[in-house]
Amino acid sequence: MTFLGMPTAPRGVGQLRQEVPFPVAAARALEDAQLRRNLGHATSTIRAKRAAAVAEVPDWAELREAGAAIKDDVLAHLDRYLLQLEEQVTARGGTVHWAGDANEANRIITGLIRATGSTSVVKVKSMATQEIGLNEALAAAGIEATETDLAELIVQLGHDRPSHILVPAIHRNRNQIRDIFAREMPDAPAQLSDEPTELTAAARAHLRRKFLAAQVAISGANFAIAETGTLAVVESEGNGRMCLTLPRTLISVMGVEKILPAWRDLEVFLQLLPRSSTAERMNPYTSMWSGAVPGQDFHLVLLDNGRTATLADPRGRAALRCIRCSACLNVCPVYERTGGHAYGSVYPGPIGAVLSPQLTGVADNPDLPFASTLCGACFDACPVAIDIPAMLVHLRSRVVDDKLAHHRGPTPEAAAMRGLAWTMSDSRRWAWALRAGHAGRLLGRRYGRIRHLPGPLAAWTSSRDLPRPPRQTFRDWWRASGGAPGEQEDTAERGDGA
Amino acid sequence: MSAKEEMLARIRAATADIGEQPEVPRRYRPAARGPGSADEALVGLFEERASDYRATVRRCAADQVAQVLADAVASRGAERIGVPVGFPAPWSALLPGPVFDDPPLDVAALDRLDGVVTTCAVAIAETGTIVLDSGPGQGSRAFSLVPDYHLAVVRAGQIVGAVPDAVAALDPARPLTWISGPSATSDIELSRVEGVHGPRTLDIVIVAD
Repeated sequence: MTFLGMPTAPRGVGQLRQEVPFPVAAARALEDAQLRRNLGHATSTIRAKRAAAVAEVPDWAELREAGAAIKDDVLAHLDRYLLQLEEQVTARGGTVHWAGDANEANRIITGLIRATGSTSVVKVKSMATQEIGLNEALAAAGIEATETDLAELIVQLGHDRPSHILVPAIHRNRNQIRDIFAREMPDAPAQLSDEPTELTAAARAHLRRKFLAAQVAISGANFAIAETGTLAVVESEGNGRMCLTLPRTLISVMGVEKILPAWRDLEVFLQLLPRSSTAERMNPYTSMWSGAVPGQDFHLVLLDNGRTATLADPRGRAALRCIRCSACLNVCPVYERTGGHAYGSVYPGPIGAVLSPQLTGVADNPDLPFASTLCGACFDACPVAIDIPAMLVHLRSRVVDDKLAHHRGPTPEAAAMRGLAWTMSDSRRWAWALRAGHAGRLLGRRYGRIRHLPGPLAAWTSSRDLPRPPRQTFRDWWRASGGAPGEQEDTAERGDGA
Repeated sequence: MSAKEEMLARIRAATADIGEQPEVPRRYRPAARGPGSADEALVGLFEERASDYRATVRRCAADQVAQVLADAVASRGAERIGVPVGFPAPWSALLPGPVFDDPPLDVAALDRLDGVVTTCAVAIAETGTIVLDSGPGQGSRAFSLVPDYHLAVVRAGQIVGAVPDAVAALDPARPLTWISGPSATSDIELSRVEGVHGPRTLDIVIVAD
């Protein structure tokens, strides 16, 4: 299924695509013991905190239900709400720009900065600007962008990539961060230790002058209220307040799906988001402003970049409900082990596995829908009830359909499935095939499991063991036992095939 | 076609199959404790929740505010304290080195202050949050951001129950800053560190009505 006329996020710009296939990247990540320790520690900490923060709210299920319904309403009437938002922001002195894709957004923002005469900007952490590769585009235009969120600063100074939506440097421990600061921060104290308090103080001192001197700031937005033209940025450190408040020019970039219809809807999302993301009753700072605050120029850039292509798939569009809390990352057994870099996109983890392939088109991220065990923990944790497992299964079928559409002749999977259909359509052929499976017992002699299949079947066992086939097939056992229930013959042997 | 028209056309095509949406179910706890409704239990809850963020919370009677503010400032070793326009004069009477924000202090001047006193617009008991809307006694957004110490005065009648009560009481046309404890980060191994770019110290004084 392709959605004609719905352009996806363009190639060659931004960070939404795998450079190496997920299984390869994941295998590399798994070999990094330090990474696994850092991730295991961080994700288990935040999981426990989030569970407590959510358990404290008696009406969590009702808030979640309302959150999902509000976002569905936004998606159903997105054209209307965007126009209303534009009208409100404009009426309050702001300027609204529409960007069909990453290149257009980068061009608009670069132009706005050039018009101010400034050659440097401070940035509040924003997923949208990472998605479109804004920092790279600005660098190419001779504009220096400084990330001011502590974790983003760690990533930027480390010439690294973010690996988590909320805690982008989750893959780094305090030792590694100390080394990055000592190496890359010219004004870092000489005897910097690896105490988080000291590292944080070093970042404060480093950024302070930049904040007070900055002329232009770039932010994302957590929410934009169509009814009132209000934008909201949710943060912890105060770097957001610095960027939103002090510079003469503020440019905010938001995906079109970030809208909420009414002011009142914040009563739902300001309960759902903090507890799901940082596991706090409320994050330290939330800033809200409507249009241009006196003394400041305000520009709002509305970004598509594959979102309308996502919106066009009835079984995939709910991914646009996402409020980027990252609760699904922290509970995901795959993310916990591989970390975010393995996913290739700035959106990692379960939500990334459904969002990135839709933004780019499945052909450009064909492994991501398979980067999951379908355990369902992400669905349980999601504050807007995105059924990620069902969407993964749907996207797997889109990947297969896409491969069929572009493959000459049957794919190996299709050939295998056709063979299986032939075998299973006749009871004698099927019984024979099951008995032939006994040969597999030879392979599993040594460990009780089959660790490596031969020939073309080896791919199946490259990352998993196969149970050793039982001594007797179920059909043989059924016949031998006269079809009587309750026979206890040879259960241990049958058990290892279960 | 402009980028705007193109995006809108794509959105309309993409959503053409979506029928009438059911009304949003709002079965969660509605706004119930607005301004002026706080009893001792609600004030106590705000005190407890704000303290959880390691904000220092003091309570006093209306005629003790000046002394309590002076004590709080002294306990932080602060002297030069910014006082915004509209801050009740009797409350700032005992501050050791008041610096009045009139005419407005620029960023460099704010950076030289030891701290600021402000009032607030609303406080939320359940989340321990105070909300500033740049109204009288609160200064500009930069005023309560740049200095390293923020001392906020909350009248008990400004304390509301939960987030929906605060949303109902606030005016979106004003720039709003929701503050829950001092600035903080958990970016290094998810261990919480208080004090990053915003004020590293937040003290709150609750004044009985």
